[in-house]
Amino acid sequence: MGLLARARPAELAALLGQAPALPDYTSLRGPETGLVMLRGRAGGGGAPFNLGEMTATRASVRDAEGRLGHATVAGRDDAHALAAARLDAALQDPARHDALKAAILEPLAESETQRRAGLARRAAATRVDFFALTTQR
Amino acid sequence: MAYVAVKGGERAIDAAHAWLAAERRGDTAVAELETAQIREQLGRAVDRVMAEGSLYDPGLAALAIKQAQGDLIEAGFLLRASRTTLPRFGASLPVETATMRLARRISAIFKDLPGGQVLGPTYDYTHRLLDFSLAANATQATAPEAEARDEAAPRVPDILGDEGLLEADGVSDAEPFDLTRAPLAYPAPREARLQGLARGDEGFLLGLGYSTQRGYGNSHPFVGELRVGEVDVEIVPPELGFAVCIGTVALTECQMVNQFAGSKTQPAQFTRGYGLAFGHAERRAMAMALVDRALRAQELGEARTAPAQDAEFVLSTCDNVEATGFVEHLKLPHYVDFQSELETIRRLRGIAGKNATSLSEATANLPEAAQ
Repeated sequence: MGLLARARPAELAALLGQAPALPDYTSLRGPETGLVMLRGRAGGGGAPFNLGEMTATRASVRDAEGRLGHATVAGRDDAHALAAARLDAALQDPARHDALKAAILEPLAESETQRRAGLARRAAATRVDFFALTTQR
Repeated sequence: MAYVAVKGGERAIDAAHAWLAAERRGDTAVAELETAQIREQLGRAVDRVMAEGSLYDPGLAALAIKQAQGDLIEAGFLLRASRTTLPRFGASLPVETATMRLARRISAIFKDLPGGQVLGPTYDYTHRLLDFSLAANATQATAPEAEARDEAAPRVPDILGDEGLLEADGVSDAEPFDLTRAPLAYPAPREARLQGLARGDEGFLLGLGYSTQRGYGNSHPFVGELRVGEVDVEIVPPELGFAVCIGTVALTECQMVNQFAGSKTQPAQFTRGYGLAFGHAERRAMAMALVDRALRAQELGEARTAPAQDAEFVLSTCDNVEATGFVEHLKLPHYVDFQSELETIRRLRGIAGKNATSLSEATANLPEAAQ
């Protein structure tokens, strides 16, 4: 679910276009946009405090085979939340699971790994290598 | 105070707003700004508006900046207004900054700390000379890359905390006070202060933080650690009952280390102030950490002598949406208010002239002006 939520909506939509079709569904709730209060901890590890809110969109569906799917994703993209909820339902179907995993989850995991590795490589290039200056006498 | 409905301004107001829209658009020979350009290319403004608007949504913040013609306080106001139209689904689990995927991480107190000094995209060390190549709109910039080392970057409090030299965070999972849901009472608990500071005006926080360095409140701070990066946000939806990640947010965290506190029973320890901000906002996080530390004066047994140590002063005035509302409302019609003041001053002068007594004696004979 985290992978679907963190996916770039455009990338998820593109992968869905090439994946096996998802079962029909009825919407149980949403998609609807609301707020999640984001919390931090005092000092980084102490008592929780309310940092500020963020937008989030959630959806719940029941697919044609009666499976329930839920999703909450950061941001205001209805299509993103709905796709994630439909996938959550479809992935519970053993007959579909492996094909959807290969068509959607694995490419998403791969691009997330690439994004994170890119961040780590850019950060590594700005890491300071200290060296001591010889005292001039 | 009396407010009296008056009519007659509608046509003027409509025309004023139409002119505002045209002025916002500017010269039509120049391409219109897209909100995606603001989001991507004015990221520090977006971060500030998200923090002061207390709403993490880069797209909405970019729209607010466009709508407000770049007036960031007005833009924050727009975000605050927007959030009131949305239902709240719940609260996240506290984010784990220790596992932040780092873009930047520096410490001013340990040169060779595990994980290293990582500068990230910083204005530090730039010469602050205007770069006219940007005016030519021909920016070709690629970030250099290097092989990432598989090395943990523990939080500085965890490094120093092992020896007991630095005060611990304390352990609590109490439901925190929420100043958007309940009125603030003083002295405010620390979590309420942190929430207020997190959405406070950056300039005000900067000034207050600076004041603690200039001798208004005893402070000798060091940047223990400053980290910028992205963290996962997790919630526990009631329909699932377990934690799921809903996305990532960019945050800046500052651990400010200050001088000691100790007692007969407890050996001296460094104390800390904490800052956490949406996006890449180092100045805000540092200023927040300085003020957080100053506001802990009472609990640490210090004399409270300076404005930055006074929670009621700081929290009741640091919110720029409230501040601008109260200051800018002075522009709105106060005709009746002022009429009563005019009558008062005319009577004062009349009495003073007739009796040739001093103004203060005349005032004493008058009924209260506000009655």
